[in-house]
Amino acid sequence: MGVQQNTAVSGKKSNLRKLRKTVLSKTTYRGILAVIIFFICWEASSRLHFPIVGEIPPPSSVLKAMQKIVGDAGFWKSWLVSFKRVFSGFIVAQIIGIPLGLLMGINRIFRELMFPGIEILRPIPPLAWVPTAVIFWPTAEMSMTFVTFLGAFFTVVLNIIGGARSIDVRYLRAAYSLGSRRRDIFFRIVLPATLPSIFVGMAVGMGITWEVVVAAEMIASRSGLGFLTWQSYVAGNYPVIVIGMISIGVAGFLSSSLIRLIGNFFTPWRKVI
Amino acid sequence: MAEPEGSLKLDNPSGSYRAETAVGPSAGKISIRNVSKTYDPDGANVKAVDNCSLEIGAGEFCVVVGPSGCGKTTLLNAIAGFHSISSGEIYLDDQLLCSKTRKAEPGADRIVVFQNGALFPWYTVLENVICGPVVQGKSSSKDAKAAAAELLGQFGLSEIIHNYPGEISSGMRRRVEIARAMISNPKVLLLDEPFRAMDALTKSVMHKYLLDVFDKTRKTVFFITHDLEEAIFLADKVVVSTTRPARIKKVIEVDLPRPRDFLVLSTERYRELKMEAIDAVHEEALKAFEAGERELA
Amino acid sequence: MQPTVGKSDKREVKNTSVSSIGLIIYRTKLWLSSSKPYLMIAGLLAFVAAWYLFTEYFKLPRFEKLPGPAIVLKEWVSHDPIYGTSIYTPEYYVHIWKSLFRVLQAFVLATVLGVPLGLFMGWKKTFKDYTFPILETLRPIPMLAWVPLAILMWPGRELAIIYLTFLASFFATTLNTLLGVESIDEVYFRAARCLGFKPHHVFFRVVIPGALPFIFTGLQISMGVAWFSLVAGEMLAGEYGLGYLIWNSFILVQYPVIVIAMITLGFIGWTSSAAIRFVGSLLMKWKVREVA
Repeated sequence: MGVQQNTAVSGKKSNLRKLRKTVLSKTTYRGILAVIIFFICWEASSRLHFPIVGEIPPPSSVLKAMQKIVGDAGFWKSWLVSFKRVFSGFIVAQIIGIPLGLLMGINRIFRELMFPGIEILRPIPPLAWVPTAVIFWPTAEMSMTFVTFLGAFFTVVLNIIGGARSIDVRYLRAAYSLGSRRRDIFFRIVLPATLPSIFVGMAVGMGITWEVVVAAEMIASRSGLGFLTWQSYVAGNYPVIVIGMISIGVAGFLSSSLIRLIGNFFTPWRKVI
Repeated sequence: MAEPEGSLKLDNPSGSYRAETAVGPSAGKISIRNVSKTYDPDGANVKAVDNCSLEIGAGEFCVVVGPSGCGKTTLLNAIAGFHSISSGEIYLDDQLLCSKTRKAEPGADRIVVFQNGALFPWYTVLENVICGPVVQGKSSSKDAKAAAAELLGQFGLSEIIHNYPGEISSGMRRRVEIARAMISNPKVLLLDEPFRAMDALTKSVMHKYLLDVFDKTRKTVFFITHDLEEAIFLADKVVVSTTRPARIKKVIEVDLPRPRDFLVLSTERYRELKMEAIDAVHEEALKAFEAGERELA
Repeated sequence: MQPTVGKSDKREVKNTSVSSIGLIIYRTKLWLSSSKPYLMIAGLLAFVAAWYLFTEYFKLPRFEKLPGPAIVLKEWVSHDPIYGTSIYTPEYYVHIWKSLFRVLQAFVLATVLGVPLGLFMGWKKTFKDYTFPILETLRPIPMLAWVPLAILMWPGRELAIIYLTFLASFFATTLNTLLGVESIDEVYFRAARCLGFKPHHVFFRVVIPGALPFIFTGLQISMGVAWFSLVAGEMLAGEYGLGYLIWNSFILVQYPVIVIAMITLGFIGWTSSAAIRFVGSLLMKWKVREVA
């Protein structure tokens, strides 16, 4: 029909227009202005020796240090090491957490049994586990993976339980009335319906994983971005502290974005965060 | 277009309508003159209202009927002051309410009852009803509570005045909302498909209540619906609007006697009015259906 | 006519607060009569049993190095603990109090600063346009990456630790408050304007109550995050407190104390979150009654 064709064409045009509108909008200008002012204040507070805030290495010194460090292979190795740690702990958390979460989501008895154990262990900050992990696991790497795993695990499980329990019962009824067996119900209804919350759990868990890895590296390691940041402090190389922080922030952002992209790919029917 | 008698010059800015200072008989007469409204979401010019003109007398119950998404809410929003208009003028009691250059401000003289209800969930029924007068500074909290309790009593809602909106039924909620509107003594009561989400039984009870309120207070009412029978049952004047862009297709004067009750639905006169309207409405409904208008949920 | 509206008002109000507690009692009774609590106890016992079996009874490899529940319990309730920390020693409570006090300071500061900021950001878009980018730039940086910088910035370890804890809480609180304001349905703002609300009325009568549910969710998250940061900060740079206790016991090979501290942490963390939930239910009676 003529009307529908017109809307299809104008749909593409309007997407472009939408993009242009957001990029050139007042909001973007204000944001850029705010960030610029932020950097100016930062530099100024250091030069003018403001108390407390003035102790932070100024952007100028950070930039200089960045120029030097970009060529240093050790710097990029730190990135690799941290990423490896994050992803190994993260993946283990998903491998164990997703099935567990799904099981707890759909089976009430299982959920009631497991819940107290999980609820007791959950409030204990993952870092409090570090000594226990170090005692238990033979290598330092394994203990760190364990602590990382803990950080992401609880988030994933809780998100999945929430997602599985909130599946509209009408979907299940529709499937049964269409003649589905239990296996079909699980793979064709429960799993896809829980997929968004799985990815939300992953994205949030990723953030927590980075927190834990960085802290663990500072406390108990000799490699990685966390160690780099801490070491710069000990060695008196203060601008590199900021570089370390920025690197960690960027790395965390990249990881979360990756998760979100993968999530959007697997759940085309809705956006993840 | 003949100017209404006694109206101020159109280009006199000091004659513009101001909610707080308007004096004279609080009649609530609305004049809509050649009003058009074009939206511009992401550059696609969408004409919502196209050259509508309508006269609503003081104390008249006017119902606008039309398929969903056709732009009737835009007219209501313009009167209420939530949107501006692209051309034309709207007058309230012969004073300019809004025009192309001037947007009306929402005020307690034109109170809206919303489609899905807008009772503040964090206030009890009583607190909801008194918040208008208290905030406007018209009465103290204590006086307002007494007046509100009495009004709610007249509505048959004394039992629930200390309940929260989340605890009462939708029919009660809508009645409370009407009470909240009426206690501020508005000139115009604007209702945006208020009974849309209700089942037919609750709806018919709500019709009775609304007509009761109308009979007692004789406020000007601007009511929007997609239900033709509801429209004829309630209105003094039924306005049939087209699908987007909204144009006034037909105006039907409903001369059924007041007070009305359900027996009216089976009278000959009611059937005649319905026949008069039904072809016009149905034609527009079909057009809207084919154009794939998305139902406003 | 209702001439005695004032009196019945008071009566009704009293009934309201009574019914809140009554609701809790009713719900508890309901919970007890279901199979839920019994399964939970079963799960708990299974967990503790597994712990005991793995560490003390079967003495599985690697597990045997960990302290088992019997050892931990014995230490915890003994009058003369081998490692100097039990419920009868004052040091235990000093550590608890130190950690608690730090968290409280950081949490209160984060709330006092974060809630108004979030409210304002949600209410006025212009303000949000200027402040949100800065927040979003700083937020991805893990709290603990701030540790060295915090030590540089602040004179003294105590302030550095509180600052770290504060930061974590602050971001969580501000963001959730902002989300809360943005979650308020537009229709309430329109209704308010119709009823003659002036801007300050809108702020106090619509924005704040409307955002309250999200604010309290945010406060719970903020509390959890505060404990997280505090423990890390104490482990790295503290002199008292539960985090320090954990790390120190590890170094001094006093393993049962580690578990004691961990369990204490878990318990206090849970209690503080529950306290926030409770305050929330007092302030948001309409939500409580809605669910009922």
